[in-house]
Amino acid sequence: MLSYIIRRILYAVPILIGVNLITFLLFFMVNSPDDMARAQLGAKQVSPELIHSWKEARGYDKPLFINYESAGIQKATDTLFVQESLKLFSFDFGFSDANRDIGSDIKERMVPSLAIALPTFLIALITNISLALLLVLFRGSVLDTSMMILAVMIMSISGLFYIIAGQVLFSKIWHWVPISGYESGWDGIRFIILPVLIGVFAGIGAGVRWYRSIFLEQINQDYVRTARAKGLSELKVLFGHVLRNGMLPILTGVVVIIPSLFMGSLIMESFFGIPGLGSYTIDAIHAQDFAIVKAMVFLGSVLYIVGLILTDISYTLFDPRVKLS
Amino acid sequence: MSTILAVTDLNVSIGKDTLLNSISFEIQQGEIFALVGESGSGKSLTSLAIMRLLPDVISIRSGDITLHNRSLFVLPESHMQKIRGKQIAMIFQEPMSALNPVMTVGEQVAEVIKIHLGLKKDALRKKVIALFEEVALKNPQERYGWYPHQLSGGQKQRVMIAIALACEPDLLIADEPTTALDVTIQAQVLTLLKKIQNDRGLSILFITHDMAIVAQMADKIAVMYHGEIVEQAERKTFFTHPQHSYTKSLLKDAMIKIEKHTTDTKKDVLLEVKGLKVHFPIKKGLLQRTVGYVKAVDDVTFSIKKGKTLALVGESGSGKSTIGQAILSLIPVTHGSVKFENINLVELHDKALKVYRRKIQIVFQDPFSALNPRMNIGDIIREGMISLGVGPQTRVLQDEYIKTLLLKVELQADYITRYPHEFSGGQRQRIGIARALAVEPELIICDEPTSALDVSVRMQVLKLLKKLQKESAVSYLFITHDLSIVPVIADEVAVMKEGKIVEQGLVSDVMHKPQNAYTQKLLLSAPKLPNNENI
Amino acid sequence: MKIVLLWTDVMVWLLVVSLLLWAWTVSSSPQVRKLWHTVFKSSIAMASAIILLFYLLFALLDSVHFRLATPSNESQNKTLQYGGITSLLDVMFSHNMKNTERTYSAPFATHEYTKSIVIDEQGVTKQEYLPLEYVGKGDDITSKSIFAGFVGLAIVGVLIFMHILWRGRGGLKSELPWRTAYITLGVLIVTFTWLYLLSYHYHVLGTDKVGGDVLYQSLKSIRTGVLIGILTTLIMLPVAVILGVSAGLFGGWVDDGIQYLYTTLSSIPGVLLIAAGVLSMQVMMDNNPTWFETTLERSDLRLLFLIIILGVTSWTGLCRLLRAETLKISQIEFVTAAKAFGVGKMTIIRRHIIPNLMHIILISVVLDFSGLVLAEAVLSYVGVGVDPTMHSWGNMINQARLEMAREPMVWWSLFSAFVFMFILVLAANLFSDRIQRVLDPRNKS
Repeated sequence: MLSYIIRRILYAVPILIGVNLITFLLFFMVNSPDDMARAQLGAKQVSPELIHSWKEARGYDKPLFINYESAGIQKATDTLFVQESLKLFSFDFGFSDANRDIGSDIKERMVPSLAIALPTFLIALITNISLALLLVLFRGSVLDTSMMILAVMIMSISGLFYIIAGQVLFSKIWHWVPISGYESGWDGIRFIILPVLIGVFAGIGAGVRWYRSIFLEQINQDYVRTARAKGLSELKVLFGHVLRNGMLPILTGVVVIIPSLFMGSLIMESFFGIPGLGSYTIDAIHAQDFAIVKAMVFLGSVLYIVGLILTDISYTLFDPRVKLS
Repeated sequence: MSTILAVTDLNVSIGKDTLLNSISFEIQQGEIFALVGESGSGKSLTSLAIMRLLPDVISIRSGDITLHNRSLFVLPESHMQKIRGKQIAMIFQEPMSALNPVMTVGEQVAEVIKIHLGLKKDALRKKVIALFEEVALKNPQERYGWYPHQLSGGQKQRVMIAIALACEPDLLIADEPTTALDVTIQAQVLTLLKKIQNDRGLSILFITHDMAIVAQMADKIAVMYHGEIVEQAERKTFFTHPQHSYTKSLLKDAMIKIEKHTTDTKKDVLLEVKGLKVHFPIKKGLLQRTVGYVKAVDDVTFSIKKGKTLALVGESGSGKSTIGQAILSLIPVTHGSVKFENINLVELHDKALKVYRRKIQIVFQDPFSALNPRMNIGDIIREGMISLGVGPQTRVLQDEYIKTLLLKVELQADYITRYPHEFSGGQRQRIGIARALAVEPELIICDEPTSALDVSVRMQVLKLLKKLQKESAVSYLFITHDLSIVPVIADEVAVMKEGKIVEQGLVSDVMHKPQNAYTQKLLLSAPKLPNNENI
Repeated sequence: MKIVLLWTDVMVWLLVVSLLLWAWTVSSSPQVRKLWHTVFKSSIAMASAIILLFYLLFALLDSVHFRLATPSNESQNKTLQYGGITSLLDVMFSHNMKNTERTYSAPFATHEYTKSIVIDEQGVTKQEYLPLEYVGKGDDITSKSIFAGFVGLAIVGVLIFMHILWRGRGGLKSELPWRTAYITLGVLIVTFTWLYLLSYHYHVLGTDKVGGDVLYQSLKSIRTGVLIGILTTLIMLPVAVILGVSAGLFGGWVDDGIQYLYTTLSSIPGVLLIAAGVLSMQVMMDNNPTWFETTLERSDLRLLFLIIILGVTSWTGLCRLLRAETLKISQIEFVTAAKAFGVGKMTIIRRHIIPNLMHIILISVVLDFSGLVLAEAVLSYVGVGVDPTMHSWGNMINQARLEMAREPMVWWSLFSAFVFMFILVLAANLFSDRIQRVLDPRNKS
């Protein structure tokens, strides 16, 4: 088990290097440090000295991949790519264009992101699975078919619509909840209710369909026939056998996104004015702040890889057939 | 003796198609009633109808099923649930998939006891372990917490039997309970079922396609054909005086006579396998180092003469199919030689091998996966001709050639433009044979070509293979797990166990005077029909 | 007139031609014909397909670009003067394009939505609703609607009559739900003719903040949505198929490399990767202003890059699927049989693997389509979508999202964008459901 996890973490290193390489290529090959300096310093006619000092301050004056001036191993290490990657690997994200410490910004903003993303995730998971089980119980009935049609409709509507319509209905017309904003602590719950509900509802169509198809696939298996032949009621068959087996494919899809919940939701947070990582990212994109985008890309990849490892581990816990080796 | 179960005039259909037509039979206390038929005859459907577990799309048109003279069809579902598992229990064909993979086998047995008998905790566990002992599962205490994947096929079927017996049912429905098992395991499971039936005075509805098993197990027999029962009789009269023509042909196809075989020492050796080893590495640990080998084939030596057939017999996992693949150079050989006409194929490279590809061909077990569903029959057969440059090379002439081939394997020439899904298993197997014949091979490796087929079709395919051998003097390496068909097709036989050949020789010698203990066990395990000569 | 080929036009027409070629080649196989026949046997699939074709028609109309010669006074000067780039759709709606109002107006309104301060002849300052400039006044909307309805019905009638005549050659009996097809077509054409004819007299879906016609914007947005939906898949497909099949079939280091590549790519959160790509592209385009002459070409180039970026970031899922399926197929006995015949690897891929992957590829193409149409809206909202000057539902939503906060609400821009999107995505989803049901071998039982 332990050796497996160690091996997985070791596997993650080349992937993260790859991620860095991709972002590095995107940001530095297309958009050279000189261009960045010019864009940052504003005016078109900036003196070369000014550009040089800007680059030096950020360590952008080194060559990209190979440093011909250095000797030995330094040829490869004393370069922009290696220096930048090393910084990221030690989770040192540096400063944003607005001269704020990105690392501490991220730490601060994780909590509001989680406050929205985690309840949305959990409530959605429970609702979708329960609804799917209900439909599987009444499969082929009018309820099932009409709910499936409804599900297609729900997933055919843009998520933006739910947000805008929700804000208009619940905040503007009915005044049930504030239209946007965030507050920590229990008082803040009124800010969270609407985005969470909208998040759950927007995903219900696709979610119920997916879970339903998983359960339906299970229900045609031989072991379900055995369970029925034992004299189990349909409910017991569903909860005792189908759900337990259906959890395995569900795990693959679900566990992997848990760590990524920290990243927050771009759209939700920006519409509801939540000071989380999602709105942080979107602001950075609008402001074209490369340092923040780069940090978020790295963070996202790390969290995804953690998710992959967690998925494998959860498999060993829930599927007796899988042994990590 | 009282009637346990009575099925009267049962009619079942899906949409407009009739699936079961006027099925009637009775099962008495303490008897084994066998329902025999080929695939699609409706025997499993009948059993599901009794359990009221038919899929929703299938509807019961008319008729009645009574248990202890009470109709099952009028019961509410909740009441029926109390009958399932308690009064009527069932075991299925595939022990692999019939058990819940994520529950321990102990739990799965305990579950049925809990809902019907209401036992709890210690009493429950004790009962489960007692049942495990009754079905002769070794180390029952320890096995309680095991998962299905940790058990062998036979052990799983024992667990299924334990589940079925747990609440002392009046009727046990056994739906092909041994079809997926190896012969030796099958014999054990059948003996177990017979013993339990004797001990408990249980009634069993035994569903099978295998006449020999029927002869060994049943008291009364009903033959099903296309959704109807065509004949019903006591065992004795059934085997001595079969009435219906279908029953007669079934019995005839199941019957196999052992002829005298002689070796023609003058004939040339076509293929010579010497000291063949195929090992697969096992990798483990942080660095995926090779820690050992699976010895799939371990030092095997045999030879096949021109125009003769060698049967390679063994149970699943004995390595017999791996040998076939090694001869075809589809997998790397670890050690040894495969000499074809004195050329060692193991040493040849892809290009040099191509000459021999046309001389050695293969026919597969599963007729459904052997043919590409997206290609028509003509293109399937043409593929080898083009690739190896055999036969005519223009399309028109090829079509003519393919048509004659189709006729040769007793199909129709106009099948050439059709697609595989339009054909039955037996027809597909013939197409597979035609595909192999197209490149005029000298050796055909037949990898269990008949084990997925019904008895009657199986016989036809074997006869076809025999006929083709007479016509073109092709040699066969016939891989099979079924000893009973060996005398029909083979001249010599080699028995395999765990990657090694334990005995080989002329078919008549090995079948009549087996020397090796394992061969003897295999022969003993195979169920046999009574007094062969009388029919 | 001078035909102008934008980059995306080239791709769209290439796609149309290759689709037709593909349809022509596969239609020779009775198996494939039977499959499609089964797909269209469902009336829902038939109706969805017609809606999709209707949208596609608009996208194609909007993909024929040209410059009209402007009448020039100096006729002795031989060089012709050309106006701006327009498309066939622009020509159809030239009245809406030109007739922009001053500001918001509701659907079918005759006056502006908000009061303006005016000084009348007496010099008194008043607040009043100004009349719209390009709206027919005092006309009866009912009689126009009835007229439009008749025109629409006439068009539908002719089309259906022609189709029945054409069908009549093969006998009128058909298992296909042609009645549903006719009804769908009828509803679509009548609605559209009504909207179109009335658009000469009204702003049928209202006008936006700067007085632009919303109907025209919504229709122009079709091209953007459809193009992103189709072309992205087109870019992604070859990559996914080639890499997926090679990984599954060749194994070894090829497999390792490809797996590494897609794990790396898919570990980057999708939006961020797209954002990073689009940001870099923007900088690149800013640095190379010579690549395009007009704003239309600029926005088209940006659309092209967006499609490429979306394609590059979205092949991983399909690739993983195809790799797994190729592994499975290559173990099946008909592939072993081909190997025993000494058939080469490329032929095995072409003859045995690809045909048996077609259903996965097709299902993923139709499934991805609706997702991409929806994604465009979100990306444009985030600011990494299409060019802000380009008509797209995402841009419409983005520009209009604050209008709901106005008092009274300005709802029609959002509403139109959402409805146009909803119909397209719903049709695509229903169609893909049907395709999945028919093609997925797991549903055979």
